[in-house]
Amino acid sequence: MTAPIPTAGQQPVTAADVELLRQMLRVRRFEERCVELYSSTKIRGFMHLYIGEEAVATGVVSCLGPDDAVVATYREHGHALVRGVPARSIMAEMFGRVEGCSRGRGGSMHLFDASTRFYGGNAIVGGGLPVAVGLALGDRMQGRDRVTACFFGEGAVAEGEFHESLNLAALWRLPVLFCCENNLYAMGTALELSESQPSLALKAAAYEVPAWTVDGMDVLEVRRAAAMAVEATRAGHGPHFLELQTYRFRAHSMYDPERYRDKGEVAHWRERDPIEALTGRLRAEGLVDDDVLAAMEQEVAAEVDDAVAFAEAGSDEPVEDLTRFVTSEDQR
Amino acid sequence: MRTTYRDAMRAALRQALADDPRVFLMGEDVGRYGGCFAVSLGLLEEFGPERVRDTPLSESAFVGAGVGAAMAGMRPIVEIMTVNFSLLALDQIVNNAATILHMSGGQFNVPLVIRMTTGAGRQLAAQHSHSLEGWYAHVPGLRVLAPATVEDARGMLAPALADPDPVIIFEHGSLYAMEGDLPDDTRPVELDHAAVRRPGRDLTLVTYGGCLPKVLAAADALSAEGVEAEVIDLRTLRPLDDDTLAESVARTHRAVVVDEGWRTGGLSAEVAARISEQCFWDLDAPVGRVGSAEVPIPYAKHMEEAALPQVDDVVAAALEAVS
Ligand SMILES: Cc1ncc(C[n+]2csc(CCOP(=O)(O)OP(=O)(O)O)c2C)c(N)n1
Repeated sequence: MTAPIPTAGQQPVTAADVELLRQMLRVRRFEERCVELYSSTKIRGFMHLYIGEEAVATGVVSCLGPDDAVVATYREHGHALVRGVPARSIMAEMFGRVEGCSRGRGGSMHLFDASTRFYGGNAIVGGGLPVAVGLALGDRMQGRDRVTACFFGEGAVAEGEFHESLNLAALWRLPVLFCCENNLYAMGTALELSESQPSLALKAAAYEVPAWTVDGMDVLEVRRAAAMAVEATRAGHGPHFLELQTYRFRAHSMYDPERYRDKGEVAHWRERDPIEALTGRLRAEGLVDDDVLAAMEQEVAAEVDDAVAFAEAGSDEPVEDLTRFVTSEDQR
Repeated sequence: MRTTYRDAMRAALRQALADDPRVFLMGEDVGRYGGCFAVSLGLLEEFGPERVRDTPLSESAFVGAGVGAAMAGMRPIVEIMTVNFSLLALDQIVNNAATILHMSGGQFNVPLVIRMTTGAGRQLAAQHSHSLEGWYAHVPGLRVLAPATVEDARGMLAPALADPDPVIIFEHGSLYAMEGDLPDDTRPVELDHAAVRRPGRDLTLVTYGGCLPKVLAAADALSAEGVEAEVIDLRTLRPLDDDTLAESVARTHRAVVVDEGWRTGGLSAEVAARISEQCFWDLDAPVGRVGSAEVPIPYAKHMEEAALPQVDDVVAAALEAVS
């Protein structure tokens, strides 16, 4: 059942795709600001950047409906942003403010947002997959035609939870879209050094899960693949698996000596920057020009400025609230 | 020699690898990346990929492989990035490593060393900050160590490797950068005894691992108020050294147990119970406890600080015990 994604030639680019560019740019500029804020110690803890991988979340999430669910990893600022979690509440979360989407209890790695069905923010590699299976099970048992999109890195494929989850989802034909963000490295460990069979699609196929390998640097390709996979998943054809081939331009987390990959490789992938690629195509078709791009940059910068100002002005949760939410308040 | 806890740990690993061809190190990113906390930095270059083995993200598999390799005659040192991730390998540790000797009627021993970080204090939130060493200390068949000083970081690995049974070493993440003095002749330390890190007559403060520096600071603060606290570093969390505890409390008549775990069902409960059992007639006050608030550790700095035992909390509990 493994197949390269059916090709339709290069996807035509249309005026509607300017929105994909805008979403990717939001993620990029937001995270660039996060880097500065981390240096000035406004943001603490571990922070994992998505810079370079924006096309993946942007393309996939653009195919989801408002009732669908998203489960992501610790590298999830982008997923949250494109899913519609307000930039303000994400930034406030990273500042540890009570106005943050997780009240400052989660930080960068644990963004949660009920109103967009954004179920984290999981920092245990592989930990989100069984949860996604359960969300889909719950939807299926209650007759809802929702899809759960579950993002994880290729490193998670080595965990037992990956295999157990794919098997269970396939066995019960649950509506999960497994989105494997293959950025080639799990921290410092390259895929070939951790997998006896580095073809990820083959692994999914072993569980009878239809699997497609997608160019994760091309947001239009990602969207096309995701649209098909979401449709099939929603239609009751069981889980689907996308291997999205991408690359992180930065360190694994904020500091990382990058002893495991060479600069030439990074430079090579940077030439495939998903934002520049789409910008180039939109320009070529006359769908954006310098003015449009400048206006977009300005709008995005304003959003990020606003998010930072909101976070700066936020408040610390009173320490008396420390023990809240260990158990539910409604039942008491 | 002046060195850091991290470098001391690395020196111990280097020596173990150099001294015994059966020893090898394996875990996630111990090689090319240099270890997630840079403990094994440079060892791959020195000893090669057979003996410093990067593993896939498969905690259960590589810990289980450590169990098997140990039974097959090797002396594996398995590194798990943090205690939080060790939960994915809990089955192998508790159901295999700890039981096989007994289940096999004494036929197969498991000379395995597992190292992992533990603890909070770096704003890493609830999936990277917990102190679950007490869970492991609950399990017969395991020896559980918590080096809290540079000397113990340097000296505990060799006796752990010499132990015929599984040993887990907990390294508190906040200790790696701590500096200390190391005697030039590095002898293996003995593991059977708790250490009195500071003598005192008025009460006994019992702690281990990442809380030791805080408790020593509290003891200094108490001294300024005229209260002389004796500080005991448990060092080995299983088996516990009852004698050192009892001897101290028999002199001081008061005790406070400090650790970063939750109090409910925690290691501090065990220590307090043992003190009460052994020293009931010596005690002039109930055994006090300072632990983390009963919450998953939060990200926000002020909330994390509020959740963790702090020097002031130790001082307050000590003053209450002596009041
Ligand atoms: C169970 C578990 N083991 C180890 C870690 C430490 N860790 C955090 S991220 C990471 C690499 C994961 O790589 P991958 O799944 O490819 O995702 P990426 O970071 O590349 O997005 C590791 C080893 C963890 N968080 N959870």
